[in-house]
Amino acid sequence: MDQTNNILEVSHLMKSFGSHEVLKDIDFSVKKGDVISIIGASGSGKSTMLRCINLLETPTGGSIYYHGEDITDPKMSVPAYREKVGMVFQSFNLFNNLTVLENCMIGPEKVAKKDKETARSLAMQFLEKVGMEQFINAKPRQLSGGQKQRVAIARALAMEPEVLLFDEPTSALDPQMVGEVLNVMSKLAEEGMTMLIVTHEMAFARDISSHIIFMADGVIEEEGTSEEIFGNPKKEKTKEFLSRFRNL
Amino acid sequence: MISEMNFLERILYLLQNYGMSFLQGAGTTLAIAIVSTIIGCVIGFAVGVVQTIPVDKKRDGLPKRFILKLVKIILKAYVELFRGTPMIVQAVFIYYGAAQVFNIHLGMWQSAFLVVSINTGAYMAESVRGGIISVDPGQMEGAKAIGMTHVQAMLYVILPQAIRNIIPQIGNNFIINIKDSSVLSVIGIVDLFFVHKSVAGALYTFFESATIVMCIYLVMTVISSRLLLLWEKKMDGSDNYELVDAMGVGTQFGQEGKGRL
Repeated sequence: MDQTNNILEVSHLMKSFGSHEVLKDIDFSVKKGDVISIIGASGSGKSTMLRCINLLETPTGGSIYYHGEDITDPKMSVPAYREKVGMVFQSFNLFNNLTVLENCMIGPEKVAKKDKETARSLAMQFLEKVGMEQFINAKPRQLSGGQKQRVAIARALAMEPEVLLFDEPTSALDPQMVGEVLNVMSKLAEEGMTMLIVTHEMAFARDISSHIIFMADGVIEEEGTSEEIFGNPKKEKTKEFLSRFRNL
Repeated sequence: MISEMNFLERILYLLQNYGMSFLQGAGTTLAIAIVSTIIGCVIGFAVGVVQTIPVDKKRDGLPKRFILKLVKIILKAYVELFRGTPMIVQAVFIYYGAAQVFNIHLGMWQSAFLVVSINTGAYMAESVRGGIISVDPGQMEGAKAIGMTHVQAMLYVILPQAIRNIIPQIGNNFIINIKDSSVLSVIGIVDLFFVHKSVAGALYTFFESATIVMCIYLVMTVISSRLLLLWEKKMDGSDNYELVDAMGVGTQFGQEGKGRL
């Protein structure tokens, strides 16, 4: 792999659960500053693909290159790779035993081995960015869904990752809380954060993405710029899927 | 004499003459229960944590996988052996067996602590394993996603939550140990039950002595379970938290403020 400006390069990625093939031969790459939205019907393999990229699922075939190095190689350190590729989950997954501040400090302090003061100022910096700096002493169970997700984004940012993966970050939220999370994500996109987003928020995907990947039945059916996919989809399946979102 | 007394008078007589013996017996019982529960918890945690180490077929080498599998089998056998046999038999088995077969002359006390500890450990191992499994898998994923290793995730995220789930089980085991250490009288430990047997045997006051001993056991277990409840409450922490504003002035918010701040 010699394309040096690619942060991630997914090549012939495959994943099956038993005899059920969820991902069939996925290829795409992520460059610095890309905001890529992955859309498609439920069960098309979007989330599985994202989880494979973070090795939360072990791919059954293919490779994932991070700056040219194959991270599916057993010799590669998975934790070190995950430090650089952050993830935000649908169900937040904040650490329930820790406060908001501790949730954001524990990564920099224990994983990146920064000293406590640096970890604290990093955590505060990103909690301010997501507008949660007032809640540093709260426990996750005391927060609303939108607040939890903003803290989860701050926790991922505090590791200063190169890429952030979002796995349906607003799917578990009430409609009025979706906005606050999408606002934070838009801000990150404007600042040049490299992001890979699995989402059902079509208007949001259209507006902030530099690139759209449409998945159906475990393959990338169509990909292109936001204008290409939403303005002029070429494949039948893409047209059919997008036709369900009439208000776009 | 004592044969002419009524029930209450006999109890008073026993308390006056053997009160200290009963208390010393209770002290012994409590000491065995406390020390053995603590050691048992340490054993249980070690075993439970090892039992939940995941195996990655692709990344872990064959030797590592083999050793891990072997250790897990041995630990499983330990749990089955000590959960599946009566403690009274284990006490005899270890106290006499160690001396006869291995020529290790364990004292009465060492045997007592050993038996109750490894017994508690066997039960706790399963409780700890259950406690770890019952923590939402998302917690482990969240920890992995910021680059934590399995050990770090266990230490900072999973075990603190598992322990909270296990506290009722620790309490259970402690109360069981207060009661079940009575079987150690078979190897000559002078615990509360041993005192009862001696006193009752000497004066033929089985019912009166048993009444006193029952009360003492009950007081010990009831106080223990109250203390454990307090510990649980303390671990759960406050339902309220302070909002921190730019000026650093805190504002109290309770549960009613949830989601609307």
